[in-house]
Amino acid sequence: MFYYEKKLQYPVRVSTCNPMLAKFLIEQYGGADGELAAALRYMNQRYTIPDKVIGLLNDIAMEEFSHLEMIATMVYKLTKDATPEMMKAAGLGDHYADHDKALYYHNAAGVPWTATYIQAKGDPIADLYEDIAAEEKARATYQWLIDMSDDPDINDSLRFLREREVVHSLRFREAVEILKEDQGKKKFY
Amino acid sequence: MFSQFKYWKPFIGPFDPCKPIKVKSYSTPPHLYIGFQPPGMKQFSPKDALMHGTLWPQLYSPYPDPNKGVKKD
Ligand SMILES: [Fe+2]
Repeated sequence: MFYYEKKLQYPVRVSTCNPMLAKFLIEQYGGADGELAAALRYMNQRYTIPDKVIGLLNDIAMEEFSHLEMIATMVYKLTKDATPEMMKAAGLGDHYADHDKALYYHNAAGVPWTATYIQAKGDPIADLYEDIAAEEKARATYQWLIDMSDDPDINDSLRFLREREVVHSLRFREAVEILKEDQGKKKFY
Repeated sequence: MFSQFKYWKPFIGPFDPCKPIKVKSYSTPPHLYIGFQPPGMKQFSPKDALMHGTLWPQLYSPYPDPNKGVKKD
């Protein structure tokens, strides 16, 4: 069951009318290393992962949904007042032809989201290593988006999202350490 | 202390078509060096924690490198 809080995890402000930025940001919406893929990956893997780390996958999955909302808000704000001409000029003509200004789960190149982006191997180490890699790739995507964007407010939100990937990666690495630990052996951190 | 960014000089060929980027960099954020977070690490105030995206200053990873272009000895 979900409880929904009607606010964003971190404020999203957009200072410039730049629909082309939306085209790039959509990578983190429906791309292979985007927030949708992250949320669904962890929410699904949690069923078969050892109990000790189920809570971690659950919590991070929920947070990824909050990030998805932030990205959606940015894309929406950047495109909502764009004319068809501006959409075309921003490279969003193909998007407009199919979706008008509606958001859609595809990557920056327009490739629709697919479940093949995510895996559930059933082996906890294999799954957690995939999760660590996913976090590093998402962190890298945010870096390249920050590099291309000159909107200071968007960059502020993107830096927040990038930092969250750093924290998630550490948590998944800790999960591996917890599962590596010999049972019954006490160790203090 | 580790550095948050690493810099390296790629090979530059005599016939490269574009103006070479002489120094390239990549990010090496703090989580790579922590392993397992110890208890009792120093914390940001709630507001600063929100602004930084983490409760712990030691976990904060800036981007881009705030010291880019600054020579260190
Ligand atoms: Fe994440």
